[in-house]
Amino acid sequence: MTHTFVGMPPFPTAARAALADTQLRHNLAHATATIRGKRARVVDEVENWEELRLAGAAVKDRALRGLDEHLVQLEESLTARGATVHWARDADEANQVVIEVAQRHGVDEVVKVKSMVTQEIGLNEALQAEGIAAWETDLAELIVQLGGDLPSHILVPAIHRNRAEIRDIFRRRMGEVGRAAPADLTDEPAVLAAAARAHLREKFLRARMAVSGANFAVADTGTLVVVESEGNGRMCLTLPEVLVSVVGIEKVVPSWAELDPLLRLLPRSSTGERMNPYTSTWSGVTPGDGPQEVHVVLLDNGRTRALADDVGRQALRCIRCSACLNVCPVYERVGGHAYGSVYPGPIGAILNPLLKGTGDPQTDSLPYASTLCGACFEACPVLIDIPEVLVHLRSKVVDGHREDRVPKPEAVAMKSAAWTFSRGGRLRLAERLTGVGVGVGRRLGASRWTSARDLPKAPPESFRAWWRRTDGRLDP
Amino acid sequence: MSARDDILGRVRSALAAVEPDPAPVTAPPGTRVADLVAHFAERVADYRATVVHCAAGDVAGTVAAALPAGARVVVPPGLPDDLRSALADVIVDDGLSADALDAMDAVVTCCRVAIAETGTIVLDHAPDQGRRAVTLVPDRHVCVVRADQVVADVADALAVLDPGRPLTWISGPSATSDIELDRVEGVHGPRVLHVIVVGEAG
Repeated sequence: MTHTFVGMPPFPTAARAALADTQLRHNLAHATATIRGKRARVVDEVENWEELRLAGAAVKDRALRGLDEHLVQLEESLTARGATVHWARDADEANQVVIEVAQRHGVDEVVKVKSMVTQEIGLNEALQAEGIAAWETDLAELIVQLGGDLPSHILVPAIHRNRAEIRDIFRRRMGEVGRAAPADLTDEPAVLAAAARAHLREKFLRARMAVSGANFAVADTGTLVVVESEGNGRMCLTLPEVLVSVVGIEKVVPSWAELDPLLRLLPRSSTGERMNPYTSTWSGVTPGDGPQEVHVVLLDNGRTRALADDVGRQALRCIRCSACLNVCPVYERVGGHAYGSVYPGPIGAILNPLLKGTGDPQTDSLPYASTLCGACFEACPVLIDIPEVLVHLRSKVVDGHREDRVPKPEAVAMKSAAWTFSRGGRLRLAERLTGVGVGVGRRLGASRWTSARDLPKAPPESFRAWWRRTDGRLDP
Repeated sequence: MSARDDILGRVRSALAAVEPDPAPVTAPPGTRVADLVAHFAERVADYRATVVHCAAGDVAGTVAAALPAGARVVVPPGLPDDLRSALADVIVDDGLSADALDAMDAVVTCCRVAIAETGTIVLDHAPDQGRRAVTLVPDRHVCVVRADQVVADVADALAVLDPGRPLTWISGPSATSDIELDRVEGVHGPRVLHVIVVGEAG
């Protein structure tokens, strides 16, 4: 029933399939246009939005530049407040921690708060392999999980589904895993939300263990922060006896007061609201209130690799708002699945290669999934210069092929261009041959290039020939 | 080597050429308005919550009026006496099970602080607000906000709040936009948020 992104084809192949799906394109165009409008309205009413972005970027930069000290402090404050801190180098180590806690308590199910990081590490599949069911409780995640589908957006993972498709999934699947959808289920969003409420409530009330991520982890106070809308987060963070939170090490915020710009930037950039309906914060264990056993897993899984990249490091500022997806002309047309990762869109195009390293054909295709238009950079609340990182990563991908025995066509073209341009005589000869070359190119190898672009017609005369003939005068 | 030492080692080598930045960052303040309480009420109403004003002497009657006839009402153990006495037949939370809370229709609480710019109420789950489950499971939350609890923006709220306590920031009723980004009020948290602002505006 669960699916993963493992084995996805490179972006151009996946994008071709997505572009052929007219329903998908319609759903995406509608959804991204709606969210862009909402965001624009609430961003425009903030007088000093640009200063706020600078402050948000500065907080995250400060966190990253002193990451070792902040992590040690976070561990100390969490431990002092009764939480158990675990460290995980990679996905397997993190999954193992969660499995061990579940097994120690003898639970065969956990409820989950929507969390990007637990998708990144494939936690649900790892739990399933041990016979532990992981119930997604965010509405969109529920739609994805029941549909045996993959998430396609950071904030709204079921953005590719319309209301009629969602009704069908609920009707077909809810009864198999718990309380069935009512027989008279319509496709009204309010009715579908009510069905999800009834379906999940029995799971919330009986769950003994929950798994969450965290939007922020405050080093000086040992406070974790979860930002959400539906209340499923509050249910998971409050009702079960045991809570395990998996937190990427880049989620650290140095001090409590520095949450200020981030809590203001995130909801406006993400759902287009002044503030999201619910934000929960907790520091370890509170006697008599909420989970009495609290674990925090601090996860690397490639983050230190990204941190070591001087240009790419800024990607770790990301607060997962998804504003860059909603403004991206490429994302709007192909959707999230084509990126082959839980992190799609412009941020995914840089985050995946930074976390995993270049060298794999799927990952290497991602920095090219962009026109470098820069809309993502303008929308980013923490000023990540995504185009700059894309270009940097493209150079890394190219560098990775310098020693190839059979060079790529671009490499051959660039090499011959360098040879030609380095001597005036060679250039003169090349100019004379351009007309012939374009004609041949049309017939031969450039068809993959020209299938989506026009190859311009060769001019009748080169600039240098024109200059020689006219001495630069337009009226000779 | 332990995972901890390994990760911290990798972080240190990644940052070998980077100077840490010791000074905490201060963000620009939010927009200042003359009438914080009115601004707060307007912003809460924007989330499609119910907002009513009343004078300090009328709070008991206003709270009673916010509850449908026959509603089963739970209150936290430290609810002030003037509020408590207004409610004829209530159950005081003494560690009710989740199932018992699920049988309740409404909960009445106070709050710790309220934020005008974002229309947010923050609970710190002191005895006049109760533990977190009490304000989560029942479907209607009636929350009493004193005018002097309203602050201008998020920074002011963070300065008042104690991060050592569990906190719940509430901005309107529970909502989702997961279906075609169409906003629907009411999923898992209380579907009705009823805010009573007590005291003089300004």
